[in-house]
Amino acid sequence: MPMISINNVNKWYGAHFQALKDCTTSVEAGEVVVVCGPSGSGKSTLIKTINALEPIQGGEIIVDGVQVTSPKTNLPKLRARVGMVFQHFELFPHLRITDNLCLGQQKVLGRSREEAMGKALRLLDRVGLKDHAEKYPGQLSGGQQQRVAIARALVMDPVCMLFDEPTSALDPEMINEVLDVMVELAREGMTMMVVTHEMGFARKVAHRVIFMDSGEIVEDARKEDFFAHPRSERARLFLSKILHH
Amino acid sequence: MNVFSDFDFNIIVRSLPYLFREGMTFTLTLTAIATVGGVLLGTLIAMARLSSLPVLPAIAASYVNVMRALPLVLVIFLFYFLMPYIGQWLLHTDRPIKVGALSSTIITFTLFEAAYFSEIMRAGIQSIPRGQVAAGYAIGLTYPQMMRYVVLPQAFRNMLPVIFTQMIVLFQDTSLVYVLSITDFLGAASKVGQRDGRLTEMYLFAAVVYFIISLTASTLVKRLQARIAIAR
Repeated sequence: MPMISINNVNKWYGAHFQALKDCTTSVEAGEVVVVCGPSGSGKSTLIKTINALEPIQGGEIIVDGVQVTSPKTNLPKLRARVGMVFQHFELFPHLRITDNLCLGQQKVLGRSREEAMGKALRLLDRVGLKDHAEKYPGQLSGGQQQRVAIARALVMDPVCMLFDEPTSALDPEMINEVLDVMVELAREGMTMMVVTHEMGFARKVAHRVIFMDSGEIVEDARKEDFFAHPRSERARLFLSKILHH
Repeated sequence: MNVFSDFDFNIIVRSLPYLFREGMTFTLTLTAIATVGGVLLGTLIAMARLSSLPVLPAIAASYVNVMRALPLVLVIFLFYFLMPYIGQWLLHTDRPIKVGALSSTIITFTLFEAAYFSEIMRAGIQSIPRGQVAAGYAIGLTYPQMMRYVVLPQAFRNMLPVIFTQMIVLFQDTSLVYVLSITDFLGAASKVGQRDGRLTEMYLFAAVVYFIISLTASTLVKRLQARIAIAR
């Protein structure tokens, strides 16, 4: 069974604008899937439906055997097992880095302060930011904040990780430090769904690429096939635009 | 001839212990209780107003609108006379319960200020980016946890200068309790003045004290505002 199944998902904003049109795809355990497409194509919306941050009006989503869309689902419990990294980091500015990493562990997973702290420091070390543990998010650079945000998701021991344009709010010189962490994570076998325009990252670690346009999944192909011979004209156009330089 | 030659400023010195130990203590206590109670209740009202549940926002909005449409003096009187009956209704007693002027005042000010603090907290909650809410949910927090640990601390912090400014207004408004013959600072000054026929001196002194305290407090708020602005 796939880690994430997305079946015929439809989403409307209001009565007229359909943000997602009959989207169907899946992500196997250990798979890395990159979602790309022009802005406004619905890729961020799609990834946010997976942990129910965006409600859907039709179709179903199953994560690790749990029906996301069922009203009976305990959403907080599900979300705690799905790591999410946002475009604008969204660290909690009023909490120290360590407290950003301990909050979910203590309040959601019920870990003791010591246990949570130990885990937090291990993960901070892993993303190379142990020295900044007692700082506040505002004292870190964008790249550092995004690495902390990845660590904040990882301390929860997620079964999969969702990345919503994790590098698009970063200055160019900080993009790589974040991508390095993501590449390492992918190589360790983490199940990942990544909305990004970083085609270098996609070539390096993705197994599959999903291309979206106007709310539709236009292409869903193995990485090699996608880059070598995109089937649709829209994907070809998109690739030619972003791989131009 | 000195215009002040008719005045006896010694009366102030002699009544200082009474003015501050009785009057100012009450004024500050009422200000503190109504602020803490008002912010707590106001936060709940703000959350009710912003909730997506059906009837709750309308009820909360009506409460705020009613309170803000009535003069405080009227509310003080109204509650003082109504509270015994409300108590009777709530507690199912045979007769109207006895509510002293003191408890009536504390309840009135808390309820009244809650309407104003709720507007402040509502603005504070709305000032928190939606991404913060999403991030809170994404790590598995429930709605109450997300509000408690992510949104409200930031909202409260952002609104602290406004909350303190409202508190200064409240500090001055507490003088209205004189209508129930409670001895707050102004009431104490007034009583001494009436007893000794020295109302002018006492009111002048009271004005100076209110002015100094309010001005000092608002200067401190300005400094706090600058510090919060840097920390963000």
